[in-house]
Amino acid sequence: MPVLVVASYALIPAGAVWRHLADTVLTDYVSNSLLLMLEVTIGTLLIGVSTAWLTTMCRFPGRSVFEWALLLPMAMPAYIIAYTYTGMFDVAGPVQTALREGLGLHYGEYWFPEIRSLWGAGGMLSLTLYPYVYLLSRAAFLEQSVCVLEVSRSLGNGPWRTFFRVALPLARPAVVAGLSLALMETLADYGTVQYFGIGTFTTGIFRTWFGMDDSAAAAQLSTALLLFVFTLVLLERWSRRKMRYHHSSQRHQSLPGFVLKGRQKLGALLICSTTLFLGFLLPAGQLLWWAIETREMIDREFLQLILHTVGLAAGTALLALLLALLMGYGRRLSSDRGTVAAVRVAGMGYAVPGTVIAVGVMLPLAWIDNSLDSWLRARFGISSGLLLSGTLVALVFAYLVRFLAVSLQTVEAGLGKIKQSIDESARTLGASPGQVLHRVHLPMLKGSLLTALLLVFVDVMKELPATLVLRPFNFNTLAVRAFELASDERLRDSASAALTIVLAGIIPVILLSRSIRNSREKHDLSTGTE
Amino acid sequence: MTYRLELNEASIAFGTTEVVKRVSLKLREGDIGCLLGPSGCGKTTLLRAIAGFEPLRQGSIALHGKVVCDTQHMIAPEQRRVGMVFQDFALFPHLSVAENIGFGLRGRTAQAKQARIAELLTLVGLTDAAQQHPHQLSGGQQQRIALARAMAPRPEILLLDEPFSALDPELRGQLASEVRTLLKQDGITAILVTHDQTEAFTMADQIGVMNQGELHQWDSGYNLYHHPATTFVADFVGRGALFAIKVADRNSIDTPFGRLSGKLPNGVRPGTGLQLLIRPDDIHLTTKQDGIYARINDRLFQGAEYLYTLQLESGDRFQCLAPSHQQHAIGDTVTLKLDMQDLVLFSDDGQAL
Repeated sequence: MPVLVVASYALIPAGAVWRHLADTVLTDYVSNSLLLMLEVTIGTLLIGVSTAWLTTMCRFPGRSVFEWALLLPMAMPAYIIAYTYTGMFDVAGPVQTALREGLGLHYGEYWFPEIRSLWGAGGMLSLTLYPYVYLLSRAAFLEQSVCVLEVSRSLGNGPWRTFFRVALPLARPAVVAGLSLALMETLADYGTVQYFGIGTFTTGIFRTWFGMDDSAAAAQLSTALLLFVFTLVLLERWSRRKMRYHHSSQRHQSLPGFVLKGRQKLGALLICSTTLFLGFLLPAGQLLWWAIETREMIDREFLQLILHTVGLAAGTALLALLLALLMGYGRRLSSDRGTVAAVRVAGMGYAVPGTVIAVGVMLPLAWIDNSLDSWLRARFGISSGLLLSGTLVALVFAYLVRFLAVSLQTVEAGLGKIKQSIDESARTLGASPGQVLHRVHLPMLKGSLLTALLLVFVDVMKELPATLVLRPFNFNTLAVRAFELASDERLRDSASAALTIVLAGIIPVILLSRSIRNSREKHDLSTGTE
Repeated sequence: MTYRLELNEASIAFGTTEVVKRVSLKLREGDIGCLLGPSGCGKTTLLRAIAGFEPLRQGSIALHGKVVCDTQHMIAPEQRRVGMVFQDFALFPHLSVAENIGFGLRGRTAQAKQARIAELLTLVGLTDAAQQHPHQLSGGQQQRIALARAMAPRPEILLLDEPFSALDPELRGQLASEVRTLLKQDGITAILVTHDQTEAFTMADQIGVMNQGELHQWDSGYNLYHHPATTFVADFVGRGALFAIKVADRNSIDTPFGRLSGKLPNGVRPGTGLQLLIRPDDIHLTTKQDGIYARINDRLFQGAEYLYTLQLESGDRFQCLAPSHQQHAIGDTVTLKLDMQDLVLFSDDGQAL
């Protein structure tokens, strides 16, 4: 719905602001966004695919730890890693200060990469987004039949040639799917680019909305951004469809595990540990250090902040779960086209950047509020104030639009595992439909439901741009607080809030790595009995 | 006498396509029936209708003399007391083996429940696996648990949907006879669906051959093989070849093998064209000089026997089994002798005479 609102504004004749935008910054937005995407493409592909290959196909010390630890950067929102790196590496940061003192140089006499730049932003985003590529390509490598790899070896291709000529092409759809997810996140990012002062679509939308107070122009910018996003959605769908044809074998065999020696071993270790260090250990450690330094920040106000955030996240997660269950069963029970399409549309929200959703939610709600208010005032002489747009209703609604897809997917995956024949065998054993739900579905779904709750909970906690726009006056969440403090150059003070978010973000990472481990155990089990 | 299962002109349709057409059959108590046919013939749909998952367009289904489904009403699956074993076993992954078996046992004391579970675990020989979960078991073991689960509430009838197709071929034959023994021990009436005739012969007392929604014949395995009701059954069950023949007189026919005599059905007029079924075991190769000559086109070693593909001078081809120590090379000409109990004849519309 918000998407439609936003898109409909695109039809409104372009105002002066839009023309001004088009003349001045629009090309910047486009080129910056494109450059950023290019950087993230290169970065995530290099890191994601190489680590995925190393941890699935090669054997070197620490591999089993890296297997899950490499997912940890997912817990780190890009804007938080951006503050941390800035704090460490900018001119006044400890690294440059140490350099200056150590070498006896002064500012301007040496070259040091500028973190707060387009390249820096690309790097930050790559460091936090590569896990998407890592996860999906890893799954693809795992599913590849060892036979095809062995065939390639027996036909005289070395391990490297086998990788480039067989394994990589087979995994390509999965890699592309992972990449398009990472790019969607890139486009949705607001915190990093805003902090680094780079003009992209998301920051542009904010500026036109708040700075120029032109909602139509903001909506039009949003539409332009959506065009990019939907291209990516299509790309992702398309590559997922192709993935099915890239299954080379139904049977899994235990993977060969190239045992690495000497220099190779060192190289693999270096690649994996550098990634992990830069993507998680270093920034998390720094945050921890700052948080300890500024521990007096953890006061009443901070607890209030946590309470707000947790309450908001938990409420939204519950609502999202209920809706997802309704839709999941609706889809299972009726194969009617309308239902299926409705569920599909609801599932698209995740791809839409938070900024766009905020604009899309704000416009109609503000309109409803204003008309309600003027009607009440004309009729009864009382004012309703901002009943919807200024309250949590708007915020929760926006969260639901964006994150319903997450719980829906999880619930549907859970329901998908319950095959038709399971229902039917319960029925033949004398269970009524209600009992089937209670005795079979509920216990089988329990895990998925919990996962759905947790995932939405954490996503809401991390969400920045939509919260920034839609929160009621004086209502703060951890993400907003961290962002505000960092924007005020109070990096150290923002650490405790940021660290809390990161800690919460680790929950889904643990869930993910557990499900990965389980799938591998089952896989090993099935090969063991065959 | 009442039958355990009785189908009366049962038809099932999906939309406008009729997938099961006026099927009637009866199954006696304690018998094992089988629906045999190529994939897509409607056999699984018919089984699901007996279980209560598909409504009937026409006709009726009765269990133990009581109509459970006709065009007016349809009793829900959970009230029919049928047991079903699914192709993919459909074990409940969140329950242990013992809990799976106990799922359908309701309204009994905990003790009676435990006793029945233990009894079935012993029956299927998996007492040790009681506390394990389905994914820890091999395919064959899962199959036996699925069977035990379906048998536990002592159903009126047990339905098995391609129960062995998810298993390795080597396991299938062995399990089929094991399952038959189990069912017979407990006196359970059952009906299974398969496309594998060896499985059907191993398991079933009564076999129905289906094609394109129609039941061609409902009979014992012996009769299907030796007295097929239609040319489809003749072709689907066992090997064989059909030859165009002409009736010569009341006791003999003219065939590509020459004139054969035997008992012909009444009312067949001389000069009528018919089809004759010849099975590989109707033909023997002899060392005599006089007889029917044929050329060996191909041969297939099968252990105790060779399966030869032969060609007559007329061009007709057929197959024949011969002991493997009696070797003939491809291209050789051999002499053969027909040795048939009855002449199996079909009219041009494919019906047996």
